[in-house]
Amino acid sequence: MTALGELTRPWQAMSYGFLDPSAKRELRRAMLKAVAVPGCQIPYASREVPMARGWGTGGLQVTLTLVNPGSVVKVIDQGADDSVNAVSIRQFVEKVTGARGTWDTQEATILQSRHRIPEERLREDQILVLQVPNPEPLRPVQPNMSVARQMHADADYGRLWLVLYEQIVRSGRIMQGASYPAMVNDRHVMTPSPIPRWDLPKLNMARHLTLLSAGREKRIFAVPPFTRVEPLAFADIPFRVEDHASLVCHRSGVTGFFMNEIPQAGGDSRHELSDSHFGIKAIRRAEGEAVEIGATWYRNGAMS
Amino acid sequence: MTLYPMDAPAQGPTRDLPRLMSAAPILSMTGINRRFGTVVALQDVSATVYPGEVLGIVGESGSGKSTLLRMMNLEDSPDSGDYRLAIPGSAGNLFDLDRYARRMLCARHIGIVYQNPHLGLLMENSSSGNVAERLLIAGERRFSVLRSRAREALDASEFPLERMDARPVELSGGMQQRVQLAKAIALEPALLLLDEPTTGLDVSVQALVLDTLKRLQRDRAITMVLVSHDLGVIRTMADRVMVMRKGRVVEEGLADQIFQDPQHPYTQALVHAKL
Repeated sequence: MTALGELTRPWQAMSYGFLDPSAKRELRRAMLKAVAVPGCQIPYASREVPMARGWGTGGLQVTLTLVNPGSVVKVIDQGADDSVNAVSIRQFVEKVTGARGTWDTQEATILQSRHRIPEERLREDQILVLQVPNPEPLRPVQPNMSVARQMHADADYGRLWLVLYEQIVRSGRIMQGASYPAMVNDRHVMTPSPIPRWDLPKLNMARHLTLLSAGREKRIFAVPPFTRVEPLAFADIPFRVEDHASLVCHRSGVTGFFMNEIPQAGGDSRHELSDSHFGIKAIRRAEGEAVEIGATWYRNGAMS
Repeated sequence: MTLYPMDAPAQGPTRDLPRLMSAAPILSMTGINRRFGTVVALQDVSATVYPGEVLGIVGESGSGKSTLLRMMNLEDSPDSGDYRLAIPGSAGNLFDLDRYARRMLCARHIGIVYQNPHLGLLMENSSSGNVAERLLIAGERRFSVLRSRAREALDASEFPLERMDARPVELSGGMQQRVQLAKAIALEPALLLLDEPTTGLDVSVQALVLDTLKRLQRDRAITMVLVSHDLGVIRTMADRVMVMRKGRVVEEGLADQIFQDPQHPYTQALVHAKL
Protein backbone atom coordinates (compact mmCIF):
# COMPACT_ATOMS: atom_id res chain seq x y z
CA MET A 1 0.00 0.00 0.00
CA THR A 2 1.25 3.41 -0.97
CA ALA A 3 1.53 6.03 1.69
CA LEU A 4 -0.12 9.28 0.75
CA GLY A 5 3.13 11.14 1.37
CA GLU A 6 4.88 9.21 -1.38
CA LEU A 7 2.47 10.60 -3.95
CA THR A 8 3.11 14.23 -3.09
CA ARG A 9 6.11 16.32 -3.92
CA PRO A 10 8.34 17.62 -1.16
CA TRP A 11 7.35 20.98 0.26
CA GLN A 12 8.59 24.01 -1.65
CA ALA A 13 8.46 27.67 -0.81
CA MET A 14 7.04 28.49 -4.25
CA SER A 15 4.82 26.65 -6.69
CA TYR A 16 6.30 26.07 -10.12
CA GLY A 17 5.17 28.65 -12.63
CA PHE A 18 3.90 31.20 -10.10
CA LEU A 19 0.30 29.95 -9.93
CA ASP A 20 -0.67 27.60 -7.13
CA PRO A 21 -1.49 24.00 -8.14
CA SER A 22 -5.22 24.32 -7.55
CA ALA A 23 -5.41 27.38 -9.79
CA LYS A 24 -3.57 25.50 -12.53
CA ARG A 25 -5.77 22.46 -12.12
CA GLU A 26 -8.87 24.62 -12.42
CA LEU A 27 -7.51 26.32 -15.52
CA ARG A 28 -6.63 22.98 -17.11
CA ARG A 29 -10.17 21.76 -16.50
CA ALA A 30 -11.56 24.94 -18.05
CA MET A 31 -9.21 24.55 -21.02
CA LEU A 32 -10.27 20.93 -21.55
CA LYS A 33 -13.90 21.98 -21.53
CA ALA A 34 -13.13 24.81 -23.93
CA VAL A 35 -11.41 22.42 -26.31
CA ALA A 36 -14.29 19.97 -26.03
CA VAL A 37 -16.85 22.63 -26.99
CA PRO A 38 -15.05 24.83 -29.52
CA GLY A 39 -15.88 28.52 -29.25
CA CYS A 40 -17.97 28.14 -26.10
CA GLN A 41 -17.00 30.45 -23.27
CA ILE A 42 -16.04 28.53 -20.13
CA PRO A 43 -15.92 30.47 -16.85
CA TYR A 44 -12.87 30.21 -14.61
CA ALA A 45 -11.74 31.87 -11.41
CA SER A 46 -8.94 34.06 -12.84
CA ARG A 47 -6.29 34.44 -10.14
CA GLU A 48 -4.25 37.49 -9.34
CA VAL A 49 -1.01 37.82 -11.26
CA PRO A 50 1.47 40.66 -10.77
CA MET A 51 -0.05 42.66 -13.57
CA ALA A 52 -3.15 44.81 -13.86
CA ARG A 53 -6.32 43.27 -15.25
CA GLY A 54 -6.65 44.19 -18.88
CA TRP A 55 -2.93 43.84 -19.60
CA GLY A 56 -3.02 40.20 -20.56
CA THR A 57 -3.70 38.49 -17.24
CA GLY A 58 -5.93 35.93 -18.93
CA GLY A 59 -3.29 35.00 -21.46
CA LEU A 60 -0.58 34.98 -18.80
CA GLN A 61 -2.51 32.54 -16.60
CA VAL A 62 -2.98 30.16 -19.53
CA THR A 63 0.72 30.46 -20.44
CA LEU A 64 1.79 29.83 -16.84
CA THR A 65 -0.45 26.76 -16.70
CA LEU A 66 0.83 25.28 -19.97
CA VAL A 67 4.50 26.10 -19.56
CA ASN A 68 7.23 23.65 -18.52
CA PRO A 69 10.99 24.09 -18.23
CA GLY A 70 11.43 22.85 -21.80
CA SER A 71 8.98 25.37 -23.29
CA VAL A 72 10.05 28.17 -25.58
CA VAL A 73 7.85 31.22 -25.10
CA LYS A 74 7.18 34.05 -27.53
CA VAL A 75 5.11 37.03 -26.44
CA ILE A 76 3.62 39.33 -29.06
CA ASP A 77 2.13 42.75 -28.42
CA GLN A 78 0.54 44.32 -31.51
CA GLY A 79 2.85 42.19 -33.66
CA ALA A 80 6.01 43.28 -31.82
CA ASP A 81 8.24 41.25 -29.50
CA ASP A 82 10.10 44.24 -28.12
CA SER A 83 7.33 46.44 -26.72
CA VAL A 84 7.28 47.03 -22.97
CA ASN A 85 4.31 44.77 -22.33
CA ALA A 86 5.66 41.92 -24.42
CA VAL A 87 9.12 42.14 -22.85
CA SER A 88 7.86 42.24 -19.29
CA ILE A 89 5.46 39.32 -19.73
CA ARG A 90 8.16 37.24 -21.43
CA GLN A 91 10.73 38.06 -18.73
CA PHE A 92 8.25 37.21 -16.02
CA VAL A 93 7.50 33.82 -17.56
CA GLU A 94 11.23 33.13 -18.00
CA LYS A 95 11.92 34.08 -14.41
CA VAL A 96 9.22 31.99 -12.70
CA THR A 97 9.39 28.91 -14.94
CA GLY A 98 12.89 28.61 -16.31
CA ALA A 99 11.44 28.39 -19.81
CA ARG A 100 13.37 30.06 -22.60
CA GLY A 101 12.06 33.18 -24.30
CA THR A 102 12.30 33.78 -28.02
CA TRP A 103 11.28 36.19 -30.75
CA ASP A 104 11.16 33.51 -33.40
CA THR A 105 7.74 32.12 -34.31
CA GLN A 106 9.30 28.93 -35.69
CA GLU A 107 11.13 28.19 -32.47
CA ALA A 108 8.36 28.93 -29.97
CA THR A 109 6.16 26.25 -28.44
CA ILE A 110 3.83 28.68 -26.65
CA LEU A 111 2.95 31.99 -28.28
CA GLN A 112 1.07 34.47 -26.17
CA SER A 113 -0.28 37.28 -28.29
CA ARG A 114 -2.28 40.44 -28.20
CA HIS A 115 -3.80 41.72 -31.47
CA ARG A 116 -1.90 39.56 -33.97
CA ILE A 117 -1.37 36.01 -35.15
CA PRO A 118 2.15 35.60 -36.62
CA GLU A 119 2.47 35.59 -40.41
CA GLU A 120 4.37 32.29 -40.38
CA ARG A 121 2.19 29.19 -40.19
CA LEU A 122 1.91 27.53 -36.81
CA ARG A 123 2.44 23.81 -36.40
CA GLU A 124 0.68 21.04 -34.48
CA ASP A 125 3.21 21.30 -31.66
CA GLN A 126 2.61 24.99 -31.05
CA ILE A 127 -0.06 26.60 -28.90
CA LEU A 128 -1.33 30.10 -29.53
CA VAL A 129 -2.63 31.94 -26.45
CA LEU A 130 -4.65 35.04 -27.27
CA GLN A 131 -5.36 37.74 -24.70
CA VAL A 132 -9.01 38.74 -24.92
CA PRO A 133 -10.37 41.97 -23.45
CA ASN A 134 -14.04 41.19 -24.14
CA PRO A 135 -14.98 37.57 -24.78
CA GLU A 136 -18.68 38.16 -25.41
CA PRO A 137 -19.56 38.72 -29.08
CA LEU A 138 -23.16 39.49 -28.12
CA ARG A 139 -22.27 42.32 -25.73
CA PRO A 140 -22.82 45.09 -28.32
CA VAL A 141 -26.32 43.79 -29.04
CA GLN A 142 -27.33 42.39 -25.65
CA PRO A 143 -26.00 44.13 -22.55
CA ASN A 144 -27.70 41.61 -20.26
CA MET A 145 -25.20 38.75 -19.96
CA SER A 146 -27.79 36.28 -18.65
CA VAL A 147 -29.84 36.82 -21.78
CA ALA A 148 -26.69 36.66 -23.91
CA ARG A 149 -25.93 33.21 -22.48
CA GLN A 150 -29.45 32.09 -23.40
CA MET A 151 -28.86 33.43 -26.90
CA HIS A 152 -25.68 31.35 -27.14
CA ALA A 153 -27.61 28.31 -25.95
CA ASP A 154 -30.25 28.91 -28.63
CA ALA A 155 -27.64 29.79 -31.29
CA ASP A 156 -29.64 33.00 -31.64
CA TYR A 157 -27.11 35.08 -33.54
CA GLY A 158 -29.41 37.03 -35.90
CA ARG A 159 -28.60 40.29 -34.12
CA LEU A 160 -24.93 39.97 -35.07
CA TRP A 161 -25.87 39.90 -38.73
CA LEU A 162 -28.05 42.92 -38.01
CA VAL A 163 -24.90 44.76 -36.89
CA LEU A 164 -23.30 43.95 -40.25
CA TYR A 165 -26.51 44.98 -42.04
CA GLU A 166 -26.43 48.36 -40.32
CA GLN A 167 -22.78 48.88 -41.25
CA ILE A 168 -23.48 48.17 -44.91
CA VAL A 169 -26.55 50.42 -44.90
CA ARG A 170 -24.71 53.29 -43.23
CA SER A 171 -21.26 53.02 -44.77
CA GLY A 172 -21.67 50.88 -47.84
CA ARG A 173 -19.36 48.20 -46.51
CA ILE A 174 -18.65 46.19 -43.39
CA MET A 175 -16.77 48.47 -41.00
CA GLN A 176 -15.92 45.93 -38.30
CA GLY A 177 -12.12 45.92 -38.22
CA ALA A 178 -10.91 43.95 -35.22
CA SER A 179 -12.74 41.36 -33.10
CA TYR A 180 -14.71 40.27 -36.14
CA PRO A 181 -17.24 37.69 -34.93
CA ALA A 182 -16.75 34.20 -36.28
CA MET A 183 -18.76 31.00 -36.15
CA VAL A 184 -16.71 28.19 -34.63
CA ASN A 185 -17.47 24.59 -35.57
CA ASP A 186 -20.89 25.67 -36.93
CA ARG A 187 -22.18 26.20 -33.43
CA HIS A 188 -20.79 29.00 -31.26
CA VAL A 189 -20.02 32.53 -32.37
CA MET A 190 -16.86 33.84 -30.75
CA THR A 191 -15.08 37.13 -30.78
CA PRO A 192 -11.49 36.26 -31.65
CA SER A 193 -9.92 39.00 -29.48
CA PRO A 194 -8.88 42.21 -31.25
CA ILE A 195 -6.98 40.51 -34.06
CA PRO A 196 -7.52 42.20 -37.43
CA ARG A 197 -9.78 40.62 -40.04
CA TRP A 198 -6.53 39.68 -41.81
CA ASP A 199 -5.72 37.11 -39.11
CA LEU A 200 -9.14 35.51 -38.86
CA PRO A 201 -8.79 33.09 -41.82
CA LYS A 202 -5.61 31.78 -40.18
CA LEU A 203 -7.73 30.16 -37.47
CA ASN A 204 -9.85 28.20 -39.92
CA MET A 205 -8.76 24.53 -40.01
CA ALA A 206 -5.47 25.54 -38.41
CA ARG A 207 -2.98 22.91 -37.29
CA HIS A 208 -2.30 24.54 -33.94
CA LEU A 209 -4.43 24.86 -30.81
CA THR A 210 -5.64 28.36 -30.03
CA LEU A 211 -6.69 29.25 -26.49
CA LEU A 212 -8.39 32.58 -25.89
CA SER A 213 -8.50 33.81 -22.33
CA ALA A 214 -10.05 36.89 -20.77
CA GLY A 215 -8.62 37.48 -17.28
CA ARG A 216 -10.85 40.36 -16.29
CA GLU A 217 -14.03 38.74 -17.64
CA LYS A 218 -12.98 35.30 -16.34
CA ARG A 219 -13.80 33.40 -19.51
CA ILE A 220 -11.77 30.97 -21.57
CA PHE A 221 -12.57 29.53 -24.99
CA ALA A 222 -10.66 27.62 -27.60
CA VAL A 223 -10.28 26.80 -31.26
CA PRO A 224 -8.91 23.25 -31.38
CA PRO A 225 -6.80 22.13 -34.35
CA PHE A 226 -8.66 21.48 -37.59
CA THR A 227 -11.82 23.30 -36.55
CA ARG A 228 -13.91 25.39 -38.91
CA VAL A 229 -13.84 29.11 -38.10
CA GLU A 230 -16.11 31.07 -40.41
CA PRO A 231 -16.37 34.86 -40.21
CA LEU A 232 -20.00 36.00 -40.19
CA ALA A 233 -20.95 37.36 -43.59
CA PHE A 234 -23.96 37.65 -45.84
CA ALA A 235 -24.43 34.99 -48.50
CA ASP A 236 -24.21 37.64 -51.22
CA ILE A 237 -21.54 39.88 -49.63
CA PRO A 238 -18.40 37.85 -48.93
CA PHE A 239 -16.04 38.40 -46.01
CA ARG A 240 -12.97 40.45 -46.99
CA VAL A 241 -9.68 40.98 -45.21
CA GLU A 242 -7.97 44.38 -45.11
CA ASP A 243 -6.61 45.70 -48.42
CA HIS A 244 -2.99 45.23 -47.44
CA ALA A 245 -1.94 42.94 -50.27
CA SER A 246 -0.30 45.69 -52.30
CA LEU A 247 1.37 47.57 -49.42
CA VAL A 248 5.16 47.49 -49.25
CA CYS A 249 7.14 47.44 -46.01
CA HIS A 250 9.48 50.44 -46.12
CA ARG A 251 12.12 48.69 -44.03
CA SER A 252 12.25 45.20 -45.53
CA GLY A 253 10.68 45.78 -48.93
CA VAL A 254 8.38 42.82 -48.30
CA THR A 255 4.88 42.99 -49.73
CA GLY A 256 1.66 41.05 -49.26
CA PHE A 257 1.34 40.99 -45.46
CA PHE A 258 -0.46 42.93 -42.75
CA MET A 259 1.21 46.32 -42.29
CA ASN A 260 1.29 49.03 -39.64
CA GLU A 261 0.70 52.50 -41.02
CA ILE A 262 3.27 55.06 -39.93
CA PRO A 263 2.13 58.62 -40.55
CA GLN A 264 4.86 60.90 -41.89
CA ALA A 265 5.47 64.59 -41.24
CA GLY A 266 4.46 65.45 -44.80
CA GLY A 267 0.97 64.05 -44.32
CA ASP A 268 1.54 60.85 -46.26
CA SER A 269 2.29 57.56 -44.60
CA ARG A 270 4.65 54.66 -44.85
CA HIS A 271 4.02 51.06 -43.95
CA GLU A 272 5.99 48.46 -42.11
CA LEU A 273 5.38 44.81 -41.38
CA SER A 274 3.20 44.42 -38.29
CA ASP A 275 4.83 41.08 -37.43
CA SER A 276 8.13 42.60 -36.32
CA HIS A 277 10.30 39.50 -36.11
CA PHE A 278 9.07 38.31 -39.49
CA GLY A 279 10.28 41.68 -40.80
CA ILE A 280 13.63 41.30 -39.05
CA LYS A 281 14.12 37.89 -40.60
CA ALA A 282 13.24 39.25 -44.05
CA ILE A 283 15.82 42.04 -43.69
CA ARG A 284 18.51 39.67 -42.50
CA ARG A 285 17.85 37.31 -45.36
CA ALA A 286 17.98 40.20 -47.82
CA GLU A 287 21.37 41.10 -46.36
CA GLY A 288 22.62 37.62 -47.20
CA GLU A 289 22.27 35.81 -43.87
CA ALA A 290 21.02 32.25 -43.95
CA VAL A 291 17.76 32.83 -42.11
CA GLU A 292 15.03 30.28 -42.15
CA ILE A 293 11.61 31.78 -42.73
CA GLY A 294 8.69 29.39 -42.31
CA ALA A 295 5.82 28.98 -44.73
CA THR A 296 3.37 31.84 -44.40
CA TRP A 297 -0.44 31.74 -44.25
CA TYR A 298 -0.67 34.38 -46.94
CA ARG A 299 1.18 34.20 -50.24
CA ASN A 300 1.29 37.22 -52.56
CA GLY A 301 -1.33 38.89 -50.39
CA ALA A 302 -3.86 36.05 -50.64
CA MET A 303 -4.67 33.32 -48.16
CA SER A 304 -3.11 30.10 -49.35
CA MET B 1 -73.39 28.39 -33.07
CA THR B 2 -72.92 27.63 -29.43
CA LEU B 3 -69.81 29.77 -29.31
CA TYR B 4 -71.98 32.86 -29.37
CA PRO B 5 -74.84 32.15 -27.00
CA MET B 6 -76.40 35.49 -27.69
CA ASP B 7 -76.53 34.61 -31.36
CA ALA B 8 -78.18 31.35 -30.63
CA PRO B 9 -81.84 32.25 -31.17
CA ALA B 10 -82.49 31.78 -34.84
CA GLN B 11 -83.23 35.27 -36.02
CA GLY B 12 -83.06 34.49 -39.70
CA PRO B 13 -80.60 36.02 -42.13
CA THR B 14 -80.74 39.48 -40.58
CA ARG B 15 -77.68 38.75 -38.40
CA ASP B 16 -74.47 38.80 -40.32
CA LEU B 17 -72.15 35.97 -39.36
CA PRO B 18 -68.40 36.69 -39.33
CA ARG B 19 -67.03 36.08 -42.77
CA LEU B 20 -65.00 32.99 -42.12
CA MET B 21 -66.72 31.53 -39.13
CA SER B 22 -67.37 28.39 -41.10
CA ALA B 23 -63.60 27.79 -41.33
CA ALA B 24 -61.66 26.14 -38.53
CA PRO B 25 -60.37 28.64 -35.97
CA ILE B 26 -56.78 29.78 -36.38
CA LEU B 27 -56.39 30.49 -32.68
CA SER B 28 -58.10 28.73 -29.85
CA MET B 29 -57.42 29.34 -26.20
CA THR B 30 -59.33 27.51 -23.53
CA GLY B 31 -59.44 27.77 -19.77
CA ILE B 32 -56.58 30.20 -19.27
CA ASN B 33 -55.88 30.95 -15.61
CA ARG B 34 -53.15 33.22 -14.41
CA ARG B 35 -52.41 34.59 -10.97
CA PHE B 36 -49.74 37.06 -9.98
CA GLY B 37 -49.41 36.37 -6.26
CA THR B 38 -52.87 36.99 -4.88
CA VAL B 39 -54.01 38.98 -7.91
CA VAL B 40 -56.10 37.01 -10.35
CA ALA B 41 -55.10 38.33 -13.77
CA LEU B 42 -57.03 35.86 -15.88
CA GLN B 43 -59.75 33.50 -14.77
CA ASP B 44 -60.97 30.75 -17.07
CA VAL B 45 -60.57 32.85 -20.20
CA SER B 46 -61.26 31.28 -23.55
CA ALA B 47 -60.85 32.90 -26.92
CA THR B 48 -61.29 31.80 -30.50
CA VAL B 49 -60.14 33.65 -33.60
CA TYR B 50 -61.10 32.64 -37.12
CA PRO B 51 -58.92 33.18 -40.17
CA GLY B 52 -59.15 36.66 -41.64
CA GLU B 53 -61.15 38.23 -38.82
CA VAL B 54 -60.29 40.96 -36.35
CA LEU B 55 -61.01 40.18 -32.72
CA GLY B 56 -61.18 43.24 -30.52
CA ILE B 57 -60.47 42.87 -26.83
CA VAL B 58 -61.77 45.74 -24.75
CA GLY B 59 -61.70 46.41 -21.06
CA GLU B 60 -60.49 48.81 -18.42
CA SER B 61 -56.92 48.97 -17.18
CA GLY B 62 -56.10 45.88 -15.16
CA SER B 63 -58.82 43.78 -16.74
CA GLY B 64 -56.24 41.28 -18.02
CA LYS B 65 -56.41 42.14 -21.70
CA SER B 66 -52.69 42.83 -22.05
CA THR B 67 -51.84 39.73 -20.02
CA LEU B 68 -53.97 37.73 -22.41
CA LEU B 69 -52.16 39.25 -25.38
CA ARG B 70 -48.81 38.42 -23.81
CA MET B 71 -50.01 34.83 -23.51
CA MET B 72 -50.97 34.85 -27.18
CA ASN B 73 -47.43 36.06 -28.00
CA LEU B 74 -46.05 33.28 -25.75
CA GLU B 75 -44.21 35.84 -23.62
CA ASP B 76 -45.84 34.46 -20.50
CA SER B 77 -47.26 31.10 -19.46
CA PRO B 78 -50.55 30.63 -17.60
CA ASP B 79 -51.01 28.57 -14.47
CA SER B 80 -53.28 26.37 -16.53
CA GLY B 81 -54.81 26.52 -19.94
CA ASP B 82 -54.53 25.37 -23.50
CA TYR B 83 -53.42 27.38 -26.53
CA ARG B 84 -53.39 26.14 -30.09
CA LEU B 85 -52.63 27.80 -33.37
CA ALA B 86 -53.61 26.30 -36.70
CA ILE B 87 -50.23 26.72 -38.35
CA PRO B 88 -48.18 24.18 -40.25
CA GLY B 89 -46.09 21.90 -38.07
CA SER B 90 -47.76 22.88 -34.83
CA ALA B 91 -49.79 20.45 -32.79
CA GLY B 92 -50.67 20.40 -29.13
CA ASN B 93 -50.59 23.00 -26.45
CA LEU B 94 -48.18 25.82 -27.34
CA PHE B 95 -47.54 26.49 -23.66
CA ASP B 96 -45.76 23.12 -23.53
CA LEU B 97 -43.10 24.35 -25.95
CA ASP B 98 -39.65 25.21 -24.65
CA ARG B 99 -38.11 28.66 -24.92
CA TYR B 100 -36.37 27.95 -28.22
CA ALA B 101 -39.44 26.51 -29.94
CA ARG B 102 -41.54 29.42 -28.67
CA ARG B 103 -39.10 31.95 -30.02
CA MET B 104 -38.98 30.32 -33.45
CA LEU B 105 -42.74 30.02 -33.58
CA CYS B 106 -43.25 33.65 -32.57
CA ALA B 107 -40.69 34.89 -35.07
CA ARG B 108 -42.27 33.02 -37.94
CA HIS B 109 -45.98 33.02 -37.23
CA ILE B 110 -46.87 35.81 -34.81
CA GLY B 111 -46.40 39.52 -35.34
CA ILE B 112 -46.92 42.00 -32.56
CA VAL B 113 -47.24 45.77 -32.36
CA TYR B 114 -46.80 47.22 -28.89
CA GLN B 115 -48.22 50.44 -27.56
CA ASN B 116 -44.71 51.49 -26.56
CA PRO B 117 -42.43 51.34 -29.61
CA HIS B 118 -39.42 50.95 -27.29
CA LEU B 119 -40.66 47.43 -26.52
CA GLY B 120 -40.87 46.38 -30.13
CA LEU B 121 -38.06 48.28 -31.82
CA LEU B 122 -34.30 48.58 -31.58
CA MET B 123 -34.15 52.34 -31.33
CA GLU B 124 -30.51 52.73 -32.38
CA ASN B 125 -30.81 50.54 -35.46
CA SER B 126 -32.21 51.72 -38.77
CA SER B 127 -35.91 51.24 -39.49
CA SER B 128 -35.16 48.82 -42.31
CA GLY B 129 -32.77 47.01 -39.97
CA ASN B 130 -35.58 46.56 -37.48
CA VAL B 131 -37.64 44.85 -40.14
CA ALA B 132 -34.61 42.86 -41.33
CA GLU B 133 -34.07 41.55 -37.80
CA ARG B 134 -37.27 39.55 -38.08
CA LEU B 135 -36.02 37.96 -41.29
CA LEU B 136 -32.59 37.32 -39.77
CA ILE B 137 -34.15 35.44 -36.85
CA ALA B 138 -35.97 33.31 -39.39
CA GLY B 139 -32.59 32.50 -40.95
CA GLU B 140 -32.36 34.79 -44.00
CA ARG B 141 -28.69 35.50 -44.74
CA ARG B 142 -28.76 37.32 -48.10
CA PHE B 143 -28.31 41.05 -47.83
CA SER B 144 -30.17 41.86 -51.04
CA VAL B 145 -33.19 39.80 -49.97
CA LEU B 146 -33.21 41.40 -46.51
CA ARG B 147 -33.12 44.79 -48.12
CA SER B 148 -35.88 44.19 -50.64
CA ARG B 149 -38.19 42.45 -48.19
CA ALA B 150 -37.70 45.18 -45.60
CA ARG B 151 -38.58 47.70 -48.30
CA GLU B 152 -41.71 45.75 -49.26
CA ALA B 153 -42.90 45.45 -45.67
CA LEU B 154 -42.29 49.13 -44.95
CA ASP B 155 -44.08 50.04 -48.15
CA ALA B 156 -47.05 47.85 -47.21
CA SER B 157 -47.33 49.66 -43.89
CA GLU B 158 -47.24 52.99 -45.78
CA PHE B 159 -43.93 54.08 -44.35
CA PRO B 160 -42.15 56.74 -46.46
CA LEU B 161 -39.39 54.73 -48.12
CA GLU B 162 -36.93 57.63 -48.37
CA ARG B 163 -36.63 57.36 -44.59
CA MET B 164 -36.24 53.61 -44.41
CA ASP B 165 -32.71 53.89 -43.01
CA ALA B 166 -33.56 56.48 -40.38
CA ARG B 167 -33.38 55.36 -36.77
CA PRO B 168 -36.74 55.02 -35.01
CA VAL B 169 -35.64 57.56 -32.37
CA GLU B 170 -35.64 60.15 -35.14
CA LEU B 171 -39.18 59.30 -36.21
CA SER B 172 -42.57 60.49 -35.02
CA GLY B 173 -44.83 58.25 -32.95
CA GLY B 174 -47.02 57.35 -35.91
CA MET B 175 -43.98 56.44 -38.00
CA GLN B 176 -42.59 54.30 -35.20
CA GLN B 177 -45.86 52.38 -35.12
CA ARG B 178 -45.58 51.86 -38.88
CA VAL B 179 -42.08 50.45 -38.44
CA GLN B 180 -43.41 48.10 -35.77
CA LEU B 181 -46.20 47.11 -38.11
CA ALA B 182 -43.77 46.48 -40.98
CA LYS B 183 -41.64 44.36 -38.68
CA ALA B 184 -44.71 42.42 -37.56
CA ILE B 185 -45.96 41.66 -41.07
CA ALA B 186 -42.55 41.08 -42.70
CA LEU B 187 -42.86 37.31 -42.49
CA GLU B 188 -46.60 37.31 -43.28
CA PRO B 189 -47.60 35.99 -39.87
CA ALA B 190 -50.61 33.79 -39.28
CA LEU B 191 -51.60 36.07 -36.43
CA LEU B 192 -51.04 39.79 -35.87
CA LEU B 193 -51.35 41.02 -32.30
CA LEU B 194 -51.95 44.71 -31.71
CA ASP B 195 -51.56 45.99 -28.17
CA GLU B 196 -53.10 49.45 -28.06
CA PRO B 197 -51.37 50.31 -31.36
CA THR B 198 -52.74 53.84 -31.57
CA THR B 199 -52.85 54.87 -27.93
CA GLY B 200 -50.75 57.96 -27.41
CA LEU B 201 -51.01 59.13 -31.00
CA ASP B 202 -52.98 62.24 -31.81
CA VAL B 203 -56.36 61.72 -33.41
CA SER B 204 -55.38 62.48 -37.00
CA VAL B 205 -52.30 60.21 -36.90
CA GLN B 206 -54.38 57.60 -35.15
CA ALA B 207 -56.85 57.71 -38.03
CA LEU B 208 -54.03 57.28 -40.56
CA VAL B 209 -52.54 54.30 -38.74
CA LEU B 210 -55.97 52.70 -38.41
CA ASP B 211 -56.47 53.33 -42.10
CA THR B 212 -53.29 51.44 -42.88
CA LEU B 213 -54.30 48.59 -40.60
CA LYS B 214 -57.72 48.43 -42.21
CA ARG B 215 -56.25 48.38 -45.70
CA LEU B 216 -53.73 45.69 -44.75
CA GLN B 217 -56.50 43.66 -43.26
CA ARG B 218 -58.58 44.01 -46.40
CA ASP B 219 -55.74 43.32 -48.86
CA ARG B 220 -54.02 40.47 -47.07
CA ALA B 221 -56.84 39.11 -44.91
CA ILE B 222 -54.51 39.10 -41.92
CA THR B 223 -55.98 37.65 -38.77
CA MET B 224 -55.69 40.24 -36.02
CA VAL B 225 -56.24 40.45 -32.32
CA LEU B 226 -56.59 44.07 -31.27
CA VAL B 227 -56.42 45.13 -27.66
CA SER B 228 -57.62 48.60 -26.82
CA HIS B 229 -59.48 50.53 -24.21
CA ASP B 230 -60.67 52.91 -26.93
CA LEU B 231 -64.09 51.80 -28.13
CA GLY B 232 -63.77 53.98 -31.23
CA VAL B 233 -60.71 52.02 -32.36
CA ILE B 234 -62.41 48.71 -31.64
CA ARG B 235 -65.52 49.80 -33.48
CA THR B 236 -63.52 50.84 -36.54
CA MET B 237 -61.43 47.70 -36.72
CA ALA B 238 -63.05 44.72 -35.07
CA ASP B 239 -65.42 42.15 -36.49
CA ARG B 240 -65.92 40.56 -33.15
CA VAL B 241 -65.48 41.94 -29.65
CA MET B 242 -64.58 40.40 -26.33
CA VAL B 243 -65.26 42.51 -23.24
CA MET B 244 -63.03 41.79 -20.25
CA ARG B 245 -63.34 42.81 -16.66
CA LYS B 246 -61.32 41.71 -13.65
CA GLY B 247 -59.71 38.87 -15.54
CA ARG B 248 -62.90 37.41 -16.95
CA VAL B 249 -64.65 37.64 -20.27
CA VAL B 250 -67.97 39.24 -19.44
CA GLU B 251 -69.37 39.49 -22.93
CA GLU B 252 -68.47 38.34 -26.40
CA GLY B 253 -70.14 38.88 -29.72
CA LEU B 254 -70.21 40.67 -33.04
CA ALA B 255 -68.96 44.22 -32.89
CA ASP B 256 -72.19 45.80 -34.04
CA GLN B 257 -74.19 43.72 -31.64
CA ILE B 258 -72.00 44.61 -28.69
CA PHE B 259 -72.18 48.28 -29.43
CA GLN B 260 -75.88 48.40 -30.32
CA ASP B 261 -77.20 45.96 -27.81
CA PRO B 262 -74.83 45.42 -24.89
CA GLN B 263 -76.08 42.78 -22.47
CA HIS B 264 -73.72 42.90 -19.52
CA PRO B 265 -74.10 45.86 -17.19
CA TYR B 266 -70.41 46.63 -17.46
CA THR B 267 -70.54 46.66 -21.27
CA GLN B 268 -73.59 48.87 -21.12
CA ALA B 269 -71.79 51.32 -18.90
CA LEU B 270 -68.76 51.22 -21.17
CA VAL B 271 -70.74 51.81 -24.35
CA HIS B 272 -72.80 54.57 -22.82
CA ALA B 273 -69.77 56.27 -21.35
CA LYS B 274 -68.35 56.40 -24.83
CA LEU B 275 -71.37 57.40 -26.81
